[in-house]
Amino acid sequence: MIPGSFSYHRPASVADAVKLLSDLGEDARPLAGGHSLVPMMKLRLATPAHLVDLHGIAALKGIRRDGNNLVIGAMTTQHDLLASDEVGKSVPILHEAALLIADPQVRYRGTIGGNVANGDPGNDMPALMMTLGVAYRLEGPGGVRDVAAADFYQGAYFTALEPGEILTSVLVPVPAAGHGYAYEKLKRKVGDYATAAAAVVLTMAGGKVATCTIGLTNVHETPLLATDAANAVIGTSLDAATMKKAAEAAEAIMSPAADARGPIEYRKHVGGIMVTRALQRAAARAK
Amino acid sequence: MAKTHVTMKVNGAEVEGLVEPRTLLVHFIRENLGMTGTHIGCETTHCGACTVDIDGMSVKSCTMFAVQAQGSDITTIEGMANADGTLSALQEGFRMMHGLQCGFCTPGMIMRAHRLLKENPSPGEQEIRMGISGNICRCTGYQNIVKAIQYAAAKINGVEFREAAE
Repeated sequence: MIPGSFSYHRPASVADAVKLLSDLGEDARPLAGGHSLVPMMKLRLATPAHLVDLHGIAALKGIRRDGNNLVIGAMTTQHDLLASDEVGKSVPILHEAALLIADPQVRYRGTIGGNVANGDPGNDMPALMMTLGVAYRLEGPGGVRDVAAADFYQGAYFTALEPGEILTSVLVPVPAAGHGYAYEKLKRKVGDYATAAAAVVLTMAGGKVATCTIGLTNVHETPLLATDAANAVIGTSLDAATMKKAAEAAEAIMSPAADARGPIEYRKHVGGIMVTRALQRAAARAK
Repeated sequence: MAKTHVTMKVNGAEVEGLVEPRTLLVHFIRENLGMTGTHIGCETTHCGACTVDIDGMSVKSCTMFAVQAQGSDITTIEGMANADGTLSALQEGFRMMHGLQCGFCTPGMIMRAHRLLKENPSPGEQEIRMGISGNICRCTGYQNIVKAIQYAAAKINGVEFREAAE
């Protein structure tokens, strides 16, 4: 399979990339790791006339601490995330989730920016970003703006990105020391998208849940924050009745597609189970 | 479409060629360079048969454009034998442990295992299985591939290889 013809551009700065994307208009696509876009181009489901490769922009790569934020450049690969001690120490749920994405070869190329900016409901990082309260830094012809991950996703493959804009970094607020976390992902095989997945970040105080956020992957056309489910567990010791209530509240907002991963009822059911398991594992980890 | 001149190092030798932007790296390696050891399997980034080593990373060469490899340092299966032509530890491991049947996945398996052992010289069985989880074999059931990689790790580390009891 060979992609359709296109012109290749390799800008050396964000400003040049933005200018190219603005000038070339709708026929141009930014190219990050390429592990979503290139397969789509080979299937001719995507036929961009211009590719603007972001690999030449050194400023888009790297992980640094800025106050209470971990700032991760958009072209930082999943492999880079896994190799980072800073990530493992301060936001360990990113390690847990990155290891569940695709396979080793794909993680060497696949980037966090591409994962979150593509708007694919099957991608794992978006729900995680919403759970962590991350902001995306977008740079375009109109300047720089930060958009909360929770406000970014509008529909499958539709996001808050304006024409000419690229996502340049993600700003991850470092969770409280001693927080509990878990990313539970049900998938058919290594490399598969989630049948359903749930991210939980919580803190405990005196045996009870003090704060809790829950995100859901691939059970709706966008990633979801399960706010009612999270509220249902705050102040409780995660007893069986509370767990059931939380799973039901999460299932109530799911609307997965019926596909090869299962019918709607099944995907909602296992989505609830992912929430329960993630809550239990996160609580057990919390200090 | 205008062609672009690319240069890169493949198995230690400087190579060059003219490619369209849409030319996939695997096609450049096989068709321009005539190195057909790197296989094309699924063409959809699943099977890993086209895995090569690029600047210290295992990459599926069907999912990268040749223009993106400009200036990079690539190793393919053709570059894996020792300088004197004898088999490298991994190649020997696949031979001794019967780590292949039809052999189609083998170049990708060996290139992936090569990087895995560079990053983790003494992987456990689970680490090997997760490490090659981007490579599909439809013959062996993976048992002997895991053994082949364990054999190579032992040889590289200078320790005696002992097969785990079945």
